[in-house]
Amino acid sequence: MKLAVLIYEGPYNHEASDSAYNFIQAARKKGHEIEGIFFYHDGVYNVTKLMEPPQDDRHIAKRWSELGGEGIDIVVCIAAAKRRGIVDDVLVPNVRISGLGQLTMMAIKAEKLVVFGD
Amino acid sequence: MAEELRKIMFTVRKPPHGTIYVYEGLEVKLIMAAYDADISVVFMDDGVYALQQGQKTGDLGVKGFEATYGVLVDYEISKVFVDRKSMEDRGMTVDDLVVIGEDEDTEEDIKPSVVDAEEISQMMSEQHNILCF
Repeated sequence: MKLAVLIYEGPYNHEASDSAYNFIQAARKKGHEIEGIFFYHDGVYNVTKLMEPPQDDRHIAKRWSELGGEGIDIVVCIAAAKRRGIVDDVLVPNVRISGLGQLTMMAIKAEKLVVFGD
Repeated sequence: MAEELRKIMFTVRKPPHGTIYVYEGLEVKLIMAAYDADISVVFMDDGVYALQQGQKTGDLGVKGFEATYGVLVDYEISKVFVDRKSMEDRGMTVDDLVVIGEDEDTEEDIKPSVVDAEEISQMMSEQHNILCF
């Protein structure tokens, strides 16, 4: 099945980001295709390269960047990002900033759009 | 023949203030309305407060967005529903709800349509995707 994932919450503060990541990995293992990942609300904080978590903890931004490197389209909402000081300069590699039109296309193309957040 | 339009529903279940979900959720609706999709919006639970007339956010120091609901129909978002029980549980009636547009022919105010849970359930089952805010 073609899936898209929408993430509303920031990293570490909320489980949504981890749940989304685990969901995506499990879905891919089952042979599902990920049409795209879209970060909205505080979710835009997930992909800043400025984060530097303790070494014995998971590195959430790096994890997303690696997924992007494997060819999954990862999009950060420009409107939500601008509000929160997230710009191209602070993004990890393999992630792009774009508009809500990208989310619209994901919602239209994917058979299921799965939302993670409150 | 053109492919059938994808049905996309928005649910609004959170109160309008205190968090940014409902406000940023409104921004998504306005953008998506510009695309070829069959958009509907359902307000339920504390989300019905977003439709209450006369919200004053000045003292909170935040920009209110109640006025934007007034142009939903202009944005071609006319399938706007409110859950009857959620509304009644909060002591609200149709009179309390914001106007979302004007009927082109009669110039009468258009308000969100009040629906029951069964109708919402039926509409949900017909959707291609649902976004919640």
